[in-house]
Amino acid sequence: MNRTAEVVIVGAGIQGCAIAYYLARAGVRDILVLDKGSICSGATGRCGAGFRAQWGTEMNCRLGLACVERFEQLSEELEMDIGLNQNGYLMVAYLEHEFDQLRKNVALQNSLGIGSRVVSHEEASEICPGIGAKEALGFTFHQRDGHVDPFLTTFAYYEAAKRLGVTFETFTQATDIRYANGKVFGVSTTKGDIDSRVVVLATGAWTQSLLEKAGVTLPLFSERHEILITEPVEPGVCPPMLMSFSGNYYIQQRPHGSIIAGCSPKGHPEDYKMGVTWDFLETMSKTIVKLLPRTRDMRVVRQWSGLYNMSPDRQPVLGEVDEVSGIFLTCGFSGHGFMFGPVTGELIAQQILGAETSIPIDMLHYRRFERGELIREPAVV
Amino acid sequence: MTDRNDEIVICRCEEVTLGEIRRWIAKGYHNFDELKRVLRVGMGPCQGRGCREIVLREIAMATGKKVSEIPPGSFRPFTRPVKLGAIVDGADKEVQQ
Repeated sequence: MNRTAEVVIVGAGIQGCAIAYYLARAGVRDILVLDKGSICSGATGRCGAGFRAQWGTEMNCRLGLACVERFEQLSEELEMDIGLNQNGYLMVAYLEHEFDQLRKNVALQNSLGIGSRVVSHEEASEICPGIGAKEALGFTFHQRDGHVDPFLTTFAYYEAAKRLGVTFETFTQATDIRYANGKVFGVSTTKGDIDSRVVVLATGAWTQSLLEKAGVTLPLFSERHEILITEPVEPGVCPPMLMSFSGNYYIQQRPHGSIIAGCSPKGHPEDYKMGVTWDFLETMSKTIVKLLPRTRDMRVVRQWSGLYNMSPDRQPVLGEVDEVSGIFLTCGFSGHGFMFGPVTGELIAQQILGAETSIPIDMLHYRRFERGELIREPAVV
Repeated sequence: MTDRNDEIVICRCEEVTLGEIRRWIAKGYHNFDELKRVLRVGMGPCQGRGCREIVLREIAMATGKKVSEIPPGSFRPFTRPVKLGAIVDGADKEVQQ
Protein backbone atom coordinates (compact mmCIF):
# COMPACT_ATOMS: atom_id res chain seq x y z
CA MET A 1 0.00 0.00 0.00
CA ASN A 2 1.20 3.48 -0.86
CA ARG A 3 2.06 6.04 1.72
CA THR A 4 -0.51 8.81 2.06
CA ALA A 5 -0.48 12.46 3.10
CA GLU A 6 -3.05 15.24 3.26
CA VAL A 7 -0.64 17.55 1.47
CA VAL A 8 2.61 16.76 -0.32
CA ILE A 9 4.96 19.68 -0.82
CA VAL A 10 7.80 19.12 -3.27
CA GLY A 11 10.81 21.25 -2.39
CA ALA A 12 12.22 22.24 1.03
CA GLY A 13 13.40 25.74 0.28
CA ILE A 14 11.79 28.88 1.61
CA GLN A 15 8.55 28.29 -0.32
CA GLY A 16 8.09 24.69 0.75
CA CYS A 17 9.06 25.24 4.38
CA ALA A 18 6.92 28.39 4.72
CA ILE A 19 3.85 26.79 3.09
CA ALA A 20 4.25 23.76 5.37
CA TYR A 21 4.44 25.99 8.44
CA TYR A 22 1.41 28.13 7.56
CA LEU A 23 -0.69 25.08 6.66
CA ALA A 24 0.27 23.33 9.90
CA ARG A 25 -0.39 26.50 11.89
CA ALA A 26 -3.88 26.59 10.35
CA GLY A 27 -4.49 23.07 11.63
CA VAL A 28 -3.63 20.85 8.66
CA ARG A 29 -2.17 17.54 9.83
CA ASP A 30 -0.21 14.96 7.88
CA ILE A 31 1.88 17.29 5.71
CA LEU A 32 4.86 15.74 3.93
CA VAL A 33 7.67 17.86 2.47
CA LEU A 34 10.08 16.23 0.02
CA ASP A 35 13.41 17.45 -1.29
CA LYS A 36 15.74 15.83 -3.78
CA GLY A 37 18.69 17.14 -1.73
CA SER A 38 19.03 18.47 1.80
CA ILE A 39 16.95 21.24 3.39
CA CYS A 40 17.56 24.62 1.73
CA SER A 41 19.85 23.11 -0.91
CA GLY A 42 18.31 24.81 -3.97
CA ALA A 43 17.89 28.42 -4.99
CA THR A 44 16.98 29.68 -1.50
CA GLY A 45 20.31 28.67 -0.01
CA ARG A 46 22.18 30.19 -2.96
CA CYS A 47 20.51 33.59 -3.12
CA GLY A 48 21.75 37.11 -2.43
CA ALA A 49 19.97 37.34 0.94
CA GLY A 50 18.29 40.69 0.32
CA PHE A 51 14.70 41.87 0.65
CA ARG A 52 13.13 45.09 -0.53
CA ALA A 53 9.93 47.03 -0.94
CA GLN A 54 11.38 49.21 -3.72
CA TRP A 55 9.48 47.83 -6.70
CA GLY A 56 7.96 49.21 -9.86
CA THR A 57 4.55 47.51 -9.92
CA GLU A 58 1.75 47.84 -7.41
CA MET A 59 1.61 44.07 -6.94
CA ASN A 60 5.29 43.73 -6.11
CA CYS A 61 5.20 46.81 -3.87
CA ARG A 62 2.35 45.25 -1.88
CA LEU A 63 4.14 41.91 -1.67
CA GLY A 64 7.45 43.63 -0.88
CA LEU A 65 6.04 45.75 1.93
CA ALA A 66 4.26 42.74 3.39
CA CYS A 67 7.61 40.90 3.33
CA VAL A 68 9.40 43.74 5.10
CA GLU A 69 6.74 43.70 7.80
CA ARG A 70 6.90 39.92 8.02
CA PHE A 71 10.70 39.76 8.31
CA GLU A 72 10.61 42.41 11.04
CA GLN A 73 8.71 40.08 13.37
CA LEU A 74 9.67 36.65 12.05
CA SER A 75 12.45 35.80 14.55
CA GLU A 76 9.98 36.26 17.35
CA GLU A 77 7.20 34.28 15.69
CA LEU A 78 9.42 31.33 14.70
CA GLU A 79 11.53 31.46 17.88
CA MET A 80 14.82 31.50 15.99
CA ASP A 81 17.12 34.34 14.94
CA ILE A 82 16.90 34.97 11.18
CA GLY A 83 19.78 37.47 10.86
CA LEU A 84 17.70 40.57 10.13
CA ASN A 85 19.63 43.71 9.17
CA GLN A 86 17.79 46.79 7.88
CA ASN A 87 20.44 49.07 6.44
CA GLY A 88 18.32 49.71 3.38
CA TYR A 89 18.69 49.28 -0.36
CA LEU A 90 20.47 52.10 -2.19
CA MET A 91 19.39 51.93 -5.84
CA VAL A 92 21.90 53.46 -8.24
CA ALA A 93 20.82 54.88 -11.64
CA TYR A 94 23.38 55.57 -14.38
CA LEU A 95 20.96 56.30 -17.25
CA GLU A 96 18.33 59.01 -17.71
CA HIS A 97 15.43 56.66 -18.35
CA GLU A 98 16.58 54.50 -15.46
CA PHE A 99 16.53 57.41 -13.03
CA ASP A 100 13.14 58.49 -14.40
CA GLN A 101 11.83 55.00 -13.71
CA LEU A 102 13.30 54.97 -10.18
CA ARG A 103 11.59 58.30 -9.46
CA LYS A 104 8.30 56.93 -10.77
CA ASN A 105 8.80 53.86 -8.61
CA VAL A 106 9.31 56.02 -5.52
CA ALA A 107 6.06 57.91 -6.23
CA LEU A 108 4.22 54.60 -6.56
CA GLN A 109 5.91 53.20 -3.45
CA ASN A 110 5.07 56.31 -1.40
CA SER A 111 1.42 56.08 -2.49
CA LEU A 112 1.36 52.53 -1.08
CA GLY A 113 2.89 53.46 2.27
CA ILE A 114 6.51 52.63 1.50
CA GLY A 115 8.88 55.30 2.86
CA SER A 116 11.42 55.28 0.02
CA ARG A 117 12.94 58.50 -1.28
CA VAL A 118 15.23 59.99 -3.92
CA VAL A 119 18.62 60.83 -2.41
CA SER A 120 21.47 63.09 -3.54
CA HIS A 121 25.11 62.13 -4.12
CA GLU A 122 25.98 63.67 -0.72
CA GLU A 123 23.34 61.62 1.04
CA ALA A 124 24.35 58.49 -0.84
CA SER A 125 27.89 59.00 0.47
CA GLU A 126 26.54 59.21 4.01
CA ILE A 127 24.50 56.04 3.56
CA CYS A 128 27.47 54.21 1.99
CA PRO A 129 30.72 56.02 2.92
CA GLY A 130 33.31 55.94 0.17
CA ILE A 131 30.92 54.84 -2.57
CA GLY A 132 32.51 55.23 -5.99
CA ALA A 133 29.53 56.22 -8.08
CA LYS A 134 30.34 59.76 -9.29
CA GLU A 135 28.95 58.99 -12.73
CA ALA A 136 25.61 57.95 -11.28
CA LEU A 137 22.69 60.24 -12.16
CA GLY A 138 20.79 59.58 -8.98
CA PHE A 139 19.82 57.25 -6.18
CA THR A 140 16.79 56.07 -4.28
CA PHE A 141 16.80 54.63 -0.79
CA HIS A 142 14.48 52.75 1.54
CA GLN A 143 15.73 52.18 5.07
CA ARG A 144 13.50 49.20 5.90
CA ASP A 145 14.87 47.11 3.01
CA GLY A 146 17.80 44.94 3.93
CA HIS A 147 19.23 41.52 4.62
CA VAL A 148 18.00 38.32 6.21
CA ASP A 149 19.88 35.05 6.34
CA PRO A 150 18.21 32.67 3.85
CA PHE A 151 19.52 29.61 5.68
CA LEU A 152 18.40 30.68 9.13
CA THR A 153 15.02 31.87 7.84
CA THR A 154 14.37 28.57 6.06
CA PHE A 155 15.56 26.50 9.01
CA ALA A 156 13.40 28.63 11.33
CA TYR A 157 10.34 27.69 9.24
CA TYR A 158 11.55 24.09 9.04
CA GLU A 159 11.97 23.79 12.82
CA ALA A 160 8.64 25.52 13.51
CA ALA A 161 6.87 23.26 10.99
CA LYS A 162 8.44 20.16 12.59
CA ARG A 163 7.19 21.31 16.02
CA LEU A 164 3.69 21.42 14.49
CA GLY A 165 4.04 17.84 13.26
CA VAL A 166 5.15 18.31 9.63
CA THR A 167 7.25 15.45 8.21
CA PHE A 168 10.29 16.20 6.03
CA GLU A 169 11.97 13.68 3.78
CA THR A 170 15.26 14.73 2.19
CA PHE A 171 17.18 13.05 -0.64
CA THR A 172 13.81 12.00 -2.07
CA GLN A 173 13.12 13.24 -5.58
CA ALA A 174 9.64 13.61 -7.03
CA THR A 175 9.85 11.98 -10.46
CA ASP A 176 6.24 12.07 -11.65
CA ILE A 177 2.84 13.57 -10.93
CA ARG A 178 0.00 11.07 -10.68
CA TYR A 179 -3.34 12.37 -11.92
CA ALA A 180 -6.55 11.28 -13.62
CA ASN A 181 -9.70 13.02 -14.89
CA GLY A 182 -8.26 16.45 -14.21
CA LYS A 183 -7.40 15.72 -10.59
CA VAL A 184 -4.10 15.00 -8.92
CA PHE A 185 -3.89 11.95 -6.67
CA GLY A 186 -0.24 11.82 -5.77
CA VAL A 187 3.39 11.83 -6.78
CA SER A 188 5.96 9.22 -7.67
CA THR A 189 9.33 9.57 -6.02
CA THR A 190 12.71 7.87 -6.04
CA LYS A 191 11.52 6.19 -2.84
CA GLY A 192 8.07 5.05 -3.96
CA ASP A 193 4.63 6.47 -4.69
CA ILE A 194 2.77 8.75 -2.32
CA ASP A 195 -1.00 9.33 -2.43
CA SER A 196 -2.25 12.85 -1.84
CA ARG A 197 -5.04 15.03 -3.18
CA VAL A 198 -2.99 18.17 -2.79
CA VAL A 199 0.47 18.50 -4.34
CA VAL A 200 2.41 21.75 -4.07
CA LEU A 201 5.29 22.33 -6.47
CA ALA A 202 7.77 24.50 -4.58
CA THR A 203 10.46 23.38 -6.96
CA GLY A 204 11.95 26.62 -8.28
CA ALA A 205 13.97 26.05 -11.44
CA TRP A 206 12.54 22.57 -12.00
CA THR A 207 8.82 23.49 -11.77
CA GLN A 208 8.02 23.62 -15.47
CA SER A 209 9.68 20.27 -16.21
CA LEU A 210 7.86 18.57 -13.33
CA LEU A 211 4.56 20.15 -14.35
CA GLU A 212 5.04 18.76 -17.88
CA LYS A 213 4.50 15.34 -16.28
CA ALA A 214 0.93 16.45 -15.64
CA GLY A 215 0.59 17.55 -19.26
CA VAL A 216 0.73 21.26 -18.47
CA THR A 217 3.18 23.56 -20.23
CA LEU A 218 4.09 26.95 -18.78
CA PRO A 219 6.18 29.69 -20.45
CA LEU A 220 8.85 29.57 -17.73
CA PHE A 221 12.56 28.96 -18.03
CA SER A 222 15.49 28.96 -15.65
CA GLU A 223 18.80 30.73 -15.79
CA ARG A 224 22.01 30.53 -13.81
CA HIS A 225 23.09 33.47 -11.71
CA GLU A 226 26.55 33.57 -10.19
CA ILE A 227 27.56 35.13 -6.90
CA LEU A 228 30.62 35.47 -4.67
CA ILE A 229 31.41 36.13 -1.03
CA THR A 230 34.46 37.64 0.66
CA GLU A 231 36.09 37.02 3.99
CA PRO A 232 34.39 38.88 6.85
CA VAL A 233 35.71 42.30 7.88
CA GLU A 234 34.48 44.95 10.31
CA PRO A 235 31.03 46.40 9.55
CA GLY A 236 30.59 49.66 7.64
CA VAL A 237 32.37 48.75 4.40
CA CYS A 238 29.07 48.47 2.51
CA PRO A 239 26.19 49.03 4.93
CA PRO A 240 23.26 49.13 2.46
CA MET A 241 22.55 46.83 -0.43
CA LEU A 242 23.90 48.64 -3.48
CA MET A 243 21.81 47.73 -6.48
CA SER A 244 21.75 48.93 -10.05
CA PHE A 245 19.78 47.63 -13.01
CA SER A 246 21.90 49.24 -15.74
CA GLY A 247 25.06 48.68 -13.66
CA ASN A 248 23.99 45.04 -13.34
CA TYR A 249 25.03 44.43 -9.74
CA TYR A 250 23.87 43.90 -6.20
CA ILE A 251 26.40 44.16 -3.39
CA GLN A 252 25.97 44.17 0.37
CA GLN A 253 27.84 43.46 3.54
CA ARG A 254 26.20 40.83 5.68
CA PRO A 255 25.87 41.34 9.46
CA HIS A 256 28.56 38.67 9.72
CA GLY A 257 31.01 41.04 7.93
CA SER A 258 31.44 39.30 4.59
CA ILE A 259 30.48 41.04 1.36
CA ILE A 260 28.17 39.17 -0.98
CA ALA A 261 27.86 40.28 -4.60
CA GLY A 262 26.17 39.06 -7.74
CA CYS A 263 25.01 40.05 -11.20
CA SER A 264 22.97 38.70 -14.11
CA PRO A 265 24.41 36.50 -16.86
CA LYS A 266 25.04 38.15 -20.22
CA GLY A 267 22.11 37.57 -22.55
CA HIS A 268 20.12 35.68 -19.91
CA PRO A 269 20.48 32.23 -21.53
CA GLU A 270 18.34 29.30 -20.40
CA ASP A 271 20.57 27.20 -18.16
CA TYR A 272 20.11 24.46 -15.58
CA LYS A 273 23.73 23.87 -14.58
CA MET A 274 25.13 25.29 -11.38
CA GLY A 275 28.75 25.77 -12.27
CA VAL A 276 30.91 28.87 -11.85
CA THR A 277 32.96 30.88 -14.33
CA TRP A 278 36.09 33.00 -14.38
CA ASP A 279 34.22 35.51 -16.51
CA PHE A 280 31.81 36.26 -13.67
CA LEU A 281 34.59 36.49 -11.12
CA GLU A 282 36.51 39.00 -13.22
CA THR A 283 33.48 41.18 -14.03
CA MET A 284 32.15 41.12 -10.49
CA SER A 285 35.52 41.88 -8.87
CA LYS A 286 35.95 44.91 -11.14
CA THR A 287 32.49 46.17 -10.25
CA ILE A 288 33.05 45.76 -6.50
CA VAL A 289 36.46 47.46 -6.49
CA LYS A 290 35.17 50.37 -8.58
CA LEU A 291 32.15 50.93 -6.31
CA LEU A 292 34.01 50.31 -3.06
CA PRO A 293 37.70 51.05 -3.68
CA ARG A 294 38.71 50.09 -0.15
CA THR A 295 37.71 46.48 -0.78
CA ARG A 296 40.82 45.90 -2.98
CA ASP A 297 42.58 43.97 -0.24
CA MET A 298 39.57 41.95 0.81
CA ARG A 299 39.77 38.33 -0.20
CA VAL A 300 37.15 36.37 -2.08
CA VAL A 301 36.63 33.04 -0.35
CA ARG A 302 33.94 31.39 -2.42
CA GLN A 303 31.88 31.59 -5.58
CA TRP A 304 28.80 29.60 -6.52
CA SER A 305 25.63 29.87 -8.53
CA GLY A 306 21.90 29.30 -8.26
CA LEU A 307 18.98 29.16 -10.64
CA TYR A 308 16.39 31.87 -11.20
CA ASN A 309 13.01 30.63 -12.41
CA MET A 310 12.00 33.28 -14.94
CA SER A 311 8.47 34.25 -15.93
CA PRO A 312 7.58 36.36 -18.99
CA ASP A 313 6.80 39.45 -16.88
CA ARG A 314 9.28 38.78 -14.06
CA GLN A 315 6.47 38.36 -11.55
CA PRO A 316 5.68 35.14 -9.72
CA VAL A 317 3.24 32.47 -10.82
CA LEU A 318 0.96 31.56 -7.94
CA GLY A 319 -2.14 29.44 -7.63
CA GLU A 320 -3.86 26.19 -8.50
CA VAL A 321 -3.40 24.53 -11.88
CA ASP A 322 -6.56 24.78 -14.03
CA GLU A 323 -6.00 21.60 -16.04
CA VAL A 324 -5.27 19.35 -13.03
CA SER A 325 -6.92 20.46 -9.81
CA GLY A 326 -5.08 19.92 -6.54
CA ILE A 327 -1.70 21.00 -7.93
CA PHE A 328 -0.56 24.33 -6.54
CA LEU A 329 2.23 26.43 -8.03
CA THR A 330 4.61 28.90 -6.45
CA CYS A 331 7.24 29.62 -9.08
CA GLY A 332 8.48 32.11 -11.67
CA PHE A 333 9.86 34.42 -9.00
CA SER A 334 12.57 35.59 -11.41
CA GLY A 335 15.14 35.98 -8.64
CA HIS A 336 12.92 37.14 -5.78
CA GLY A 337 11.61 33.90 -4.37
CA PHE A 338 13.44 34.06 -1.09
CA MET A 339 12.36 37.55 -0.16
CA PHE A 340 8.73 36.93 -1.15
CA GLY A 341 8.59 33.41 0.32
CA PRO A 342 7.37 34.23 3.83
CA VAL A 343 4.38 36.11 2.38
CA THR A 344 3.61 33.95 -0.68
CA GLY A 345 3.94 30.89 1.57
CA GLU A 346 1.04 32.12 3.66
CA LEU A 347 -0.96 33.15 0.57
CA ILE A 348 -0.60 29.70 -1.02
CA ALA A 349 -1.55 28.08 2.30
CA GLN A 350 -4.70 30.24 2.34
CA GLN A 351 -5.52 29.18 -1.24
CA ILE A 352 -5.06 25.49 -0.41
CA LEU A 353 -7.46 25.91 2.51
CA GLY A 354 -10.00 27.55 0.21
CA ALA A 355 -9.84 30.81 2.15
CA GLU A 356 -9.71 34.30 0.73
CA THR A 357 -6.09 35.37 0.40
CA SER A 358 -4.99 38.30 2.57
CA ILE A 359 -3.49 39.95 -0.56
CA PRO A 360 -5.46 39.36 -3.80
CA ILE A 361 -3.24 37.24 -6.06
CA ASP A 362 -5.63 36.10 -8.80
CA MET A 363 -3.76 38.23 -11.33
CA LEU A 364 -0.61 36.21 -10.59
CA HIS A 365 -2.19 33.06 -12.01
CA TYR A 366 -0.49 31.81 -15.19
CA ARG A 367 -3.71 32.47 -17.15
CA ARG A 368 -2.38 36.01 -17.49
CA PHE A 369 0.16 34.88 -20.08
CA GLU A 370 -2.51 33.53 -22.45
CA ARG A 371 -4.70 36.55 -21.96
CA GLY A 372 -1.80 38.90 -22.51
CA GLU A 373 -2.42 40.49 -19.09
CA LEU A 374 1.22 40.72 -18.15
CA ILE A 375 2.27 42.91 -15.24
CA ARG A 376 5.78 43.84 -16.30
CA GLU A 377 8.16 44.56 -13.43
CA PRO A 378 10.68 47.22 -14.44
CA ALA A 379 12.79 46.98 -11.26
CA VAL A 380 14.78 43.78 -11.75
CA VAL A 381 18.48 42.99 -12.08
CA MET B 1 27.43 19.51 34.06
CA THR B 2 28.70 20.68 30.69
CA ASP B 3 31.17 18.60 28.78
CA ARG B 4 34.50 20.43 28.57
CA ASN B 5 34.82 19.12 25.02
CA ASP B 6 31.78 21.20 24.05
CA GLU B 7 33.95 24.30 24.09
CA ILE B 8 36.50 22.98 21.60
CA VAL B 9 36.47 25.12 18.46
CA ILE B 10 36.09 22.79 15.47
CA CYS B 11 35.67 25.37 12.68
CA ARG B 12 38.33 27.96 13.43
CA CYS B 13 37.33 30.25 10.55
CA GLU B 14 33.77 30.69 11.76
CA GLU B 15 34.43 29.79 15.42
CA VAL B 16 31.96 26.92 15.66
CA THR B 17 32.32 24.68 18.70
CA LEU B 18 31.93 20.93 19.08
CA GLY B 19 29.00 21.55 21.43
CA GLU B 20 27.10 23.52 18.79
CA ILE B 21 27.80 20.89 16.14
CA ARG B 22 26.62 18.09 18.42
CA ARG B 23 23.48 20.02 19.38
CA TRP B 24 22.42 20.44 15.75
CA ILE B 25 23.31 16.86 14.86
CA ALA B 26 21.04 15.81 17.74
CA LYS B 27 18.25 17.87 16.12
CA GLY B 28 18.52 15.73 13.00
CA TYR B 29 20.99 17.68 10.86
CA HIS B 30 22.72 14.60 9.51
CA ASN B 31 24.69 15.87 6.53
CA PHE B 32 27.46 18.41 6.12
CA ASP B 33 25.50 20.85 3.94
CA GLU B 34 22.71 21.34 6.47
CA LEU B 35 25.17 21.90 9.32
CA LYS B 36 27.11 24.30 7.09
CA ARG B 37 23.96 26.26 6.35
CA VAL B 38 22.75 26.51 9.90
CA LEU B 39 26.11 27.03 11.67
CA ARG B 40 28.39 28.39 8.88
CA VAL B 41 30.79 25.58 9.72
CA GLY B 42 33.17 25.21 6.76
CA MET B 43 32.17 28.53 5.18
CA GLY B 44 35.25 30.54 6.12
CA PRO B 45 38.53 31.14 4.30
CA CYS B 46 39.71 27.50 4.62
CA GLN B 47 36.43 26.22 3.08
CA GLY B 48 36.10 23.34 5.49
CA ARG B 49 39.56 21.87 5.07
CA GLY B 50 40.08 22.06 8.81
CA CYS B 51 36.72 20.82 9.99
CA ARG B 52 34.88 18.76 7.39
CA GLU B 53 36.31 15.38 8.43
CA ILE B 54 35.67 16.08 12.10
CA VAL B 55 32.06 17.07 11.41
CA LEU B 56 31.48 14.00 9.22
CA ARG B 57 32.95 11.79 11.95
CA GLU B 58 30.63 13.38 14.53
CA ILE B 59 27.62 12.68 12.29
CA ALA B 60 28.83 9.11 11.76
CA MET B 61 29.18 8.52 15.50
CA ALA B 62 25.75 10.00 16.22
CA THR B 63 23.94 8.06 13.50
CA GLY B 64 25.87 4.78 13.67
CA LYS B 65 26.78 5.06 9.99
CA LYS B 66 30.17 4.92 8.32
CA VAL B 67 31.81 8.24 7.45
CA SER B 68 31.69 7.16 3.80
CA GLU B 69 27.90 6.97 4.01
CA ILE B 70 27.46 10.59 5.15
CA PRO B 71 26.81 13.14 2.36
CA PRO B 72 30.08 15.13 2.47
CA GLY B 73 28.66 18.40 1.10
CA SER B 74 29.73 20.58 -1.82
CA PHE B 75 33.32 21.56 -2.56
CA ARG B 76 33.43 25.03 -4.10
CA PRO B 77 36.10 27.35 -5.43
CA PHE B 78 38.31 29.05 -4.26
CA THR B 79 41.09 26.70 -3.23
CA ARG B 80 42.56 29.59 -1.28
CA PRO B 81 41.29 33.15 -0.76
CA VAL B 82 42.38 35.73 -3.36
CA LYS B 83 42.29 39.52 -3.02
CA LEU B 84 39.73 41.35 -5.16
CA GLY B 85 42.51 43.70 -6.28
CA ALA B 86 44.63 40.78 -7.48
CA ILE B 87 41.76 39.45 -9.58
CA VAL B 88 41.16 42.90 -11.09
CA ASP B 89 44.87 43.52 -11.80
CA GLY B 90 45.35 40.04 -13.21
CA ALA B 91 42.37 40.50 -15.49
CA ASP B 92 43.64 43.86 -16.76
CA LYS B 93 47.09 42.44 -17.49
CA GLU B 94 45.54 39.70 -19.54
CA VAL B 95 43.80 42.30 -21.69
CA GLN B 96 47.06 44.24 -22.30
CA GLN B 97 49.00 41.25 -23.62
